Amino acid sequence: MLETHQLSFHFAAGTPLLADISLRLAPGEWLGISGDSGSGKSTLGKLLSGQLTPSQGSVQVDGSPLPTRGRRPVQWLPQSPELAVNPRWRVGKILREAWTPPDTLMAAFGIENEWLKRFPSALSGGELQRVCVLRALAPGVRYVVADEISTMLDPITQLSLWQALKAHAEHHQLGVIVISHDTALLNRLCHQQWHLAGGSLRISSTALKAP
Amino acid sequence: MLTIDRLTLQLPYYPRWWRREWTTCIESLSLHLPPGEVHAVVGASGAGKSLLAYAIMGLLPQAARVAGELRFQGEDLTPARQRQLRGHQLALIPQSLNALDPLARSQHQVRWAAQRAGFGRSAAHQRADELLSRYQLSHASTHYPHELSGGMARRVLIAMAQVSNARLVIADEPSVGLDPNQRDRVLAALKAIALEGKAVMLITHDLRHALTIADRVSVIRQGQALETAPAQAFQGQGEQLMSCYARDLWQALPDNAFSTHPFHPTHQEPALA
Repeated sequence: MLETHQLSFHFAAGTPLLADISLRLAPGEWLGISGDSGSGKSTLGKLLSGQLTPSQGSVQVDGSPLPTRGRRPVQWLPQSPELAVNPRWRVGKILREAWTPPDTLMAAFGIENEWLKRFPSALSGGELQRVCVLRALAPGVRYVVADEISTMLDPITQLSLWQALKAHAEHHQLGVIVISHDTALLNRLCHQQWHLAGGSLRISSTALKAP
Repeated sequence: MLTIDRLTLQLPYYPRWWRREWTTCIESLSLHLPPGEVHAVVGASGAGKSLLAYAIMGLLPQAARVAGELRFQGEDLTPARQRQLRGHQLALIPQSLNALDPLARSQHQVRWAAQRAGFGRSAAHQRADELLSRYQLSHASTHYPHELSGGMARRVLIAMAQVSNARLVIADEPSVGLDPNQRDRVLAALKAIALEGKAVMLITHDLRHALTIADRVSVIRQGQALETAPAQAFQGQGEQLMSCYARDLWQALPDNAFSTHPFHPTHQEPALA
């Protein structure tokens, strides 16, 4: 269970961006977060994955706080994969940074062996995004925060990415937090949906349809 | 206004130091853009959409090999004519916001574009102010690019493209990275340009939002135009679409089926009649 209890966050000397956020996510569940730009969606995602430290409150996985060192049980997937990889490493090294994914999983994510010899700049955004998603799915990872990972993809590539992630999440009881502007996408994917506005979460719909 | 007839484009690459080979980026692509129309060019990344824009503007790298015909207002679009018309009759709204001069205020960016297009000093000032207010940028006219939001920077680029009264405006991924509000404003601005009787080519991967303003849609895959359909053909199950790929693209949207037969990069398109 991924839980936050009265989580608050403000940047230095600023007004609080997020106030009193409490949410719970069970393993295998999908949670959607929507909101206008600047409402703090990405900040919330970074807090949940331990990329940022909350000003108040805490994030807990199964009752214990997020570890500060070692592998993070909550992985953050950023919008631009280009910024999340070392441009001097070949794709093979990037993909196997944390673990060595089996070939079946590489096929499920549509990653071709031939890409592994290339540098990230020689892959398209969609191809690199799939590499980054698979990289984050190492054993021991319990939750994934997907921050607008499919906005710059065409509909078919977008769909194939979500299908692969969904199949993997179902099999490994992975909890997924989807941050997106696209409410139609959230309706398709998520069990619970929240709308972030004015620093707090409002429920937009729960258990709309089983995804 | 613009006719593209069997355009083929090849770019060089170097597998070894002294060996040059050619990769075909656009293959036998034909399109026709009449005035007053928004024509969306939709495809995955790497399909050759941006290269198509560069080919029309004459901004391809020198080494590129181009075959086929480009005609603008009935006359051949030769490199010399492209150079002459660029910024006057042909305008490109580039994909990257880096195209703005980082050291210039937005009003100067637009004024300079007007002066490059041949307006006199005072006329350029007047025209720039007029366009900035039309795109709700009056309050941001003294801002530098780093002080603008993504949507505002995009609208400055649109104002720059429009200042010259260009007959053909090509917008390369204008809605990427914008929130829904900003995106709708940018798309509305493009539609308004078409309603003035100009031709707009909207290059995007975002089929759903392209359909809100487009009159016709060309689907591009691996450098080939699979089909050009009226925007109304994208409805229901996509029965009115001819190519499998266009139908898949439509069905893959979250508002539609959000499922299609499993995607394989090697999935072959049946030959079109």
